[in-house]
Amino acid sequence: MRRLATIAGLAFLFSIPLWLGNFYLLHVCIITGIFIIAAMSLNLLLGYTGQLSLGHAAFFGIGAYVSSLASLGFEVHLLPDWLVTVDPKPVWFGMACAVVVTGLCGWAIGRIAFKVRGAYFVIVTISFAEVVRLVALNWDELTQGPMALNNIPPLSLVIPGLLDITFIGKVANYYLVLVFAILSYGIIARLVRSRAGRAMIALKENEALAASVGIDVTKYLVLATVMSAAIAGAAGALYAHYVRIVDPNVFLFIYTVTMVIMVVAGGKGTLAGPVVGGVIFGLLPEGLRSLAIAPEVQWIVYGILMILVVYLLPQGIVPALRPFLQHRRHLDAQKQPPADIPASEAMS
Amino acid sequence: MDQLLQHCLNALVLGGTYALLGIGLTLIFGIMRVVNFTHGELYSFGAYMMFMFVMLLHLDFFLSLVLAMLLGIALGAAIEFLLLRKLRGADIDTTMLVMIGAWIAMQNLEQLVWSGVAKSIKTPFPSSPLVMGALSVSWNRLFVLAVALGLILCTYALVNRTRLGRAMRATFQDPDTAALMGVDIGTIYMSTFALGSGLAAAAGALLGPIFVVTPTMGDLASLKAFAIVILGGLGNIVGATIGGFILAFIEELGAGYISSGYRDAMGFLLIIAILLVRPTGLFSRKERIG
Repeated sequence: MRRLATIAGLAFLFSIPLWLGNFYLLHVCIITGIFIIAAMSLNLLLGYTGQLSLGHAAFFGIGAYVSSLASLGFEVHLLPDWLVTVDPKPVWFGMACAVVVTGLCGWAIGRIAFKVRGAYFVIVTISFAEVVRLVALNWDELTQGPMALNNIPPLSLVIPGLLDITFIGKVANYYLVLVFAILSYGIIARLVRSRAGRAMIALKENEALAASVGIDVTKYLVLATVMSAAIAGAAGALYAHYVRIVDPNVFLFIYTVTMVIMVVAGGKGTLAGPVVGGVIFGLLPEGLRSLAIAPEVQWIVYGILMILVVYLLPQGIVPALRPFLQHRRHLDAQKQPPADIPASEAMS
Repeated sequence: MDQLLQHCLNALVLGGTYALLGIGLTLIFGIMRVVNFTHGELYSFGAYMMFMFVMLLHLDFFLSLVLAMLLGIALGAAIEFLLLRKLRGADIDTTMLVMIGAWIAMQNLEQLVWSGVAKSIKTPFPSSPLVMGALSVSWNRLFVLAVALGLILCTYALVNRTRLGRAMRATFQDPDTAALMGVDIGTIYMSTFALGSGLAAAAGALLGPIFVVTPTMGDLASLKAFAIVILGGLGNIVGATIGGFILAFIEELGAGYISSGYRDAMGFLLIIAILLVRPTGLFSRKERIG
């Protein structure tokens, strides 16, 4: 039953470009998909370790910049008489660099920020994102500042004699993003259901207790941050090679807020939560736009919805739906021998 | 040398308003454990009210200042009553998300009402600055510094010398015990939020005429207020005052001698550096208010 639903869902997602004739809507789907990947990575931190990082756009933006710069090539004076020149690299290599660099940033920020918790942690992560934004704005020798990086090449995969694809155009990018999203989902699901994932959930539930049974608190928090940052970086790289222009606005706080809303509305600490929240809050602005109201009103509605979600569905949409699904499963179970429940569900 | 003194003088004026912002936030943060993302919106609200009273309704400048602050207090009380009252006892992330939602809605409402065009406010002060040797400072800025210092002293006296202040300090230390001793926690929370909001609105109303008023002016103000709170330690009024001046000096000197592009980054780098060394802030020996 469950497997069938998964296959049907995936088949639906893969079929979208076949029947959706409108390229603009497909573009909205692609951007939503990229943000869902970022939201899933944020969920790893917020939902499973319980640490609210409000600097997530920084990892997304760093990923976008690193991948773009590596594939465009750049020249920069690290010291007044020390010029570093990097020739353009293949795009897949740039994306790999983006994942590695954001992972390292996640490691560094994790080491620094996990000296503090709660509100202090939140403020450190905001500060980090703001510093990175100001660097991207002011270091114009490297980043072109507000002039933005233009003509970023699209991703192309070439295996001589076997494969030669350039991901240009909406349909190709849609599938690219979809495959990345499924991959990220798989990685996060594996991580969360592993020993490390159980350690993270234990930390969220009760840090002192987790530490007392021998869980290395900092190690698992940093691990979660590194994974989370690397996936957000990959999403940023996807974004850069899809829209093919990157400016310092990718670091804006509002992007972090968008990811947070997606996670919280969908249900933090559930695998499906960011996906459900992402679909709703990714497509909602388009729905509001079709009502032909001013962009300010769209954002006002966005803010009010966020408040309402916290009030009405404090656990998020997916956990709120769970009783209904479990009721169904209960009925199924009466007909069939009981299937074992995945660890993450038994836990949450 | 003259240049250095001039920078210090500018920093002093800026520091006064930073301190106002920081004190408001540190009270709210310390007593209510709410990370108040609407703080910057109260700041821009104060500036817009100033614009409305002075430029549209042609009221007296000083009367407008008082009105802007009173409206800030009222708005703060309303936010506490409508959004935070039901969430008492909720964890810090929950209230933070509600405040983020309120911040987005308020900022865009402001944009809708006032449009994105920057507004400037006329002042009754003479346009020629006060010149002392090689230094010069505008009368308006001197006025801002004086009012800011006055408000800081009033707040300090309110918290340390009045019955309300004593109840606030008791709530800060232990809300449950304070409630058992007959302190009405609801009133304390509401007056704390209203007081903090009023101080933010006052800072906006004071700085509005110096700079220009835009809907997004509150964003950086919020973030800087957080920096000041961290510098000074949670709930520490003296710490927030000193923190405000420190941040202003670092920004002003950093912009003057290092790079003006990174002016706003100084504060954030400072936060990260301080949390590396002293995670509980520079001036916090123990967590106490006052």
